[in-house]
Amino acid sequence: MSDQVGTPDAADGLTEESLAEGDAVSEGAMSERALPDSELVAQLVSSFEGITYDIRSYASSDATYTMLYVPVADWVAFATMARDIGFDTFIDLAAVDHFRDAPRFEVALNLLSMDTNERIVASTRVPYDHPVVPTLTGVFAGANFYEREAYDLIGIEFPGHPDLTRILLPDDWEGHPLRKDFAVGAIPVEFKAGSSDL
Amino acid sequence: MTDVHDTSDIDAGEDVLEEDAADGRDPENGQDAENGQDQANGEDTASVETERRHLHEVWVSGTEERFPFSAATNEGAQELLPREEDPALAIQAGVAVEDDYVTEPEVSDEERQIINMGPQHPSTHGVLRLQMELEGETIRRVKPIVGYLHTGMEKTAEVLNYAQGSTNVTRMDYLAPFHNELVYSLTVEQLLGIDVPERANAIRVLMTELNRVSSHLLWAATMGMDIGALSMMIYGWREREVCLDFFEKTTGLRMNHNYIRPGGVAADLPDGWEDDVDNLIDVVNEGVSEYEELLNENPIFLDRTMGVGVITPEECKQYGVTGPIARASGLAWDLRKAAPYSGIDQYEFDVPTGLHGDVHDRYLVRIAEIRESLRIVAQVKESMPRGDYRNPDPKVTPPPRKRIDESMEALIHHFKLFTEGIVVPPGTAYQSVEGPRGELGCYLVSKGGARPWRMHWRAPSFAAVQALPAMMTDSLVADVVAALASADPVLGDVDR
Amino acid sequence: MAGVSKEPGFLVTTLEKGVNWARTNSMWPASFGLACCAIEMMGTGAAHNDLARFGMEVFRASPRQADLMIVAGRVSQKMAPVLRQVYDQMAEPKWVISMGACASSGGMFNNYALVQGVDQVVPVDMYVPGCPPGPQSLMHGILSLQQQIMDGEIRRSTGVL
Repeated sequence: MSDQVGTPDAADGLTEESLAEGDAVSEGAMSERALPDSELVAQLVSSFEGITYDIRSYASSDATYTMLYVPVADWVAFATMARDIGFDTFIDLAAVDHFRDAPRFEVALNLLSMDTNERIVASTRVPYDHPVVPTLTGVFAGANFYEREAYDLIGIEFPGHPDLTRILLPDDWEGHPLRKDFAVGAIPVEFKAGSSDL
Repeated sequence: MTDVHDTSDIDAGEDVLEEDAADGRDPENGQDAENGQDQANGEDTASVETERRHLHEVWVSGTEERFPFSAATNEGAQELLPREEDPALAIQAGVAVEDDYVTEPEVSDEERQIINMGPQHPSTHGVLRLQMELEGETIRRVKPIVGYLHTGMEKTAEVLNYAQGSTNVTRMDYLAPFHNELVYSLTVEQLLGIDVPERANAIRVLMTELNRVSSHLLWAATMGMDIGALSMMIYGWREREVCLDFFEKTTGLRMNHNYIRPGGVAADLPDGWEDDVDNLIDVVNEGVSEYEELLNENPIFLDRTMGVGVITPEECKQYGVTGPIARASGLAWDLRKAAPYSGIDQYEFDVPTGLHGDVHDRYLVRIAEIRESLRIVAQVKESMPRGDYRNPDPKVTPPPRKRIDESMEALIHHFKLFTEGIVVPPGTAYQSVEGPRGELGCYLVSKGGARPWRMHWRAPSFAAVQALPAMMTDSLVADVVAALASADPVLGDVDR
Repeated sequence: MAGVSKEPGFLVTTLEKGVNWARTNSMWPASFGLACCAIEMMGTGAAHNDLARFGMEVFRASPRQADLMIVAGRVSQKMAPVLRQVYDQMAEPKWVISMGACASSGGMFNNYALVQGVDQVVPVDMYVPGCPPGPQSLMHGILSLQQQIMDGEIRRSTGVL
């Protein structure tokens, strides 16, 4: 009841600078630990500096997946390596607006290895004043539409993308509706009486 | 249509991609060109040409006057990219994938034309729009344009609380509402760290597998209609109605059920459900046999489906195409086996796979999946456990009506649940199930409180639509419809 | 409804009735399926519910051949111009059924993406409630529209909001 999500007022007077004192990375659950059991994930974690990981399990299932945090500088190199060592199925790319946390935007990449039945969800964070993540279209063809969706709805730029245009909304749309400072856009519905001149 | 583009005053090349290139031409030059081609009735064609343009203008301006949105002939940013930017084409066809895009340099631009299919088209399975560049009858490039059904559900999800969330997500992929509800509920349960009783799991498996059956039946019906086997439309719906009747009896609705909720299911199965399921299994099995009788050796059907719309396993992995399309191309991947959810691993079933990755294999895979799902349903019916169908946690499940009269605590829990909602701890979770169209996933970010912070959906149809160019490039126009129908995209799932 | 209370003359009345009768029983809907409701619309046309009983089963692919548009589903801001264009392409006389809560009022999706009621884009003759309306509801809407046409005038101006 207390959150003001979607109301235009929530964003008023709040600049990114005033919010910058928040936690550097909100994923407190992720922590640096010994290398995981999975060989593939261990290979990834040991190859890049600054990667943190966390193993989760599905609800009502024995299946697990690994959540990773990757610095944005290593984003493409990480995805390329992940693809080459076996995470060769592109599943998903999601963008999140962590409105009150300092690196405001998150991009989460979901990759799957069908051979070893392992899954990783790797995310990176970029700040509000520079929402730029290098494109993965050179690594996975499937990143094309997903990055366009992230650009359209959250407003993250993917330099190097071959066709970075709006995908879901009309071309002349202004703003990025899934940002938290974009109002839901609910309007009071007028229920009209049936007109009598038909 | 062949002489629409007048090349006399237009620089051949990228201008030809613009749909309204003909409109910008000079009437004088147009007339000259017509005369040059046909001296005998040059005067008549010129006047017809003027007449036509005149009508076009009247029509456009007339609609503009009455309605400001109307008659946007300029494609804006959605236009096909200019031909020079060939890297884009390499991306479209996949990077690690062999590029099967061929341009014959001797084909002049006059022999190419841009054709729009959709968004309102009888065989596009919703409001998908395909922009195709044709060379004769061969498709050289395809660009799927989506968003005509963008409903902003991911935004709406942020203002609905977790208890209300199922009503929202069930309308995304409206042919697989139970799967949407299931993956949403599982994701919330993963964040809550709760489990559901065995009976709830069994009911969930029962309903989702029946949903897979009804979705594939609808696919068989529309697929048949799209490629000309119109009787399939009638037969497919006949069996689907039996499934819908059972859904209606159980959940109260034929579609958009809001039945599977975080913590369990909304209601127990109705009395006599075993007989209904028995009857359903018999009817659908019999119906599917009829489809096979009708189609399996039908030469027209075989000609129209075999070797059409081929996609390779490598392309599937590149584009994230899962489900029956990937299985038809030979990837034996099914989340029910790989990451079994809701105890589906205790039932015996097979995962059918194809060899060729074409439309026909997708048909075979889906028909086989109907039978496998019915196998699961029969086992669930035999082994349905007794007990509660909801998690007894009072923070998740409202107390029974009777308890509210007796217990102050129950009343408080009830009040809290229906004013504030289910409170979910902060965290990020991903969960996926095997939907009828492939991996259906939910990426949920919670910052505490009763509403999701962000809910992203991994929609299987989105990936399938993205892979359409790989299926359609260098095929014939007539095969587009077959390939599209076999991909089975649900636009509510694509656009959300 | 046509609120004509004047006593019509013998000849005109008969002609009007005849024309209305003809229009009523040969309405061809344009297949304008958008979302969930389109599935129920197809279900209404299929064997189990059999819309052919009312002479309305001929779903036309081309709007030029149709005189009834069943707007079945949610209309997004991106789709609204297309919808209007399809409506403009239909020949007069034409009718519109707004099928389902989303088409009628935006339904549960009161947000930035949806047109809150298709009557902002095209004039609507009949609203069918439900989410989605079952085949019976749609048939009831269609029969009500037929009754409305039967009782209405020959001349009607449409296309102007």
